[in-house]
Amino acid sequence: MTENYFFEKFLEQFEESDLSQITIDSEFRSIEEWSSMMALVIIAMVDEEFGITITGDDIRKSVTIRDVYNVVAARKTAV
Amino acid sequence: MANLNVENVELVGVSIAVPKRIVENRDNKNFSEEEIEKFIETTGVERYRYGHHCTSDLCFEAAEKLISELGWDKSEIELLIFVSQTFDYILPNTAPILQDRLGLPKTCISFDMTLGCSGYVYGLSAISSLLNSGKIKKGLLLCGDTPSKIVNPKDKTSAMLFGDAGSATAIQYKNQAKGMNFNLFSDGSGYKAIMIPDGGYRNPLSESSFFENTYEDKVIRNNCNLFLDGMDVFSFGITRPPLAVKELLSNSNISSDEINYFIFHQANLMMNEMIRKKVKITSEKVPYSLRNFGNTSSASIPMTMVSEIKNELRTRQNNLLLCGFGVGLSWGCCLINTSNLIIPDIIEI
Repeated sequence: MTENYFFEKFLEQFEESDLSQITIDSEFRSIEEWSSMMALVIIAMVDEEFGITITGDDIRKSVTIRDVYNVVAARKTAV
Repeated sequence: MANLNVENVELVGVSIAVPKRIVENRDNKNFSEEEIEKFIETTGVERYRYGHHCTSDLCFEAAEKLISELGWDKSEIELLIFVSQTFDYILPNTAPILQDRLGLPKTCISFDMTLGCSGYVYGLSAISSLLNSGKIKKGLLLCGDTPSKIVNPKDKTSAMLFGDAGSATAIQYKNQAKGMNFNLFSDGSGYKAIMIPDGGYRNPLSESSFFENTYEDKVIRNNCNLFLDGMDVFSFGITRPPLAVKELLSNSNISSDEINYFIFHQANLMMNEMIRKKVKITSEKVPYSLRNFGNTSSASIPMTMVSEIKNELRTRQNNLLLCGFGVGLSWGCCLINTSNLIIPDIIEI
């Protein structure tokens, strides 16, 4: 899993937002479409794409997209 | 991990009662059209039933109808388990009240189990274990909830998801019957994921229990309302139940091809579909009652049996794999073979 691939998959989940200014260091909560429902979509995407389960706490403690990537990367290494 | 194989019992009938009143999610005025459509797409819930009844009223009607269609002699029913989180009183248990109301004999063992979405499978394991010695011949498992009494309509995390329903399931002793296989699990470290914080004895009711707090936009509730941590429930739901299903299949030496239907607790469509894909089962084998009845807590498995596949259950033999999961955290599966079940049409009161 590369950082870029994760970032690409993360953004793919948003269908209606302008993502042109979003980088991996952007705060994901600033994306217009972000909602509690989108959090579930991200948890599902991580599970399907990377076979890793992230929890509500992981999302709550993360601020940027990179933070979520770091959680997934750390857990992937541990597996 | 608790694995149980309970022989000499058979499930012979299932019934469901719901309030007459249908609530359409698209008519909800508390949320925008866009929010509602997104909600329906994710959860699969378009409408559900809400009423003024207690859960025991719904279960009572379901039980009366089922007993009558089975032609059971009430004096032979010596076991009644009521599984609910929306019981009549803090005390006594609701089960003895139902025993009396249904006209069951005083020799009837009756008690409550306070479980939610895993409650049907847990209830089946308890009732079948008590029946399998043959000392008691017939038992009723009454499962259900009335979320209308605990959900805050201004809380978008739960407002449009749950519906009221009560079920009755008839189990009887039968020598040599194949019975049921179970695996049951608990993880209390996740107890905060789904809870009503006040009203028990850890946090007794006080004036502040009724103050409405705004946690985020359109997430408004008090401490007597149902709280649902969607993210935690979701990550639990997509990991534990699929593992439990695979494990029970493997322990029972049966392949998923030999199962006619996998009947999952109806949590929400996105979560349930992920579970289905992880277990690698085709959609034809996984019926949903979510669309018309929402998440009906411990009644969701019998609800799905009655509303979605009653003809198949009435007319032939089926291998069913039932899986309940949720509040506790608590989860479990049951593998059961049924034959020509007695299933009355859905009762509306």
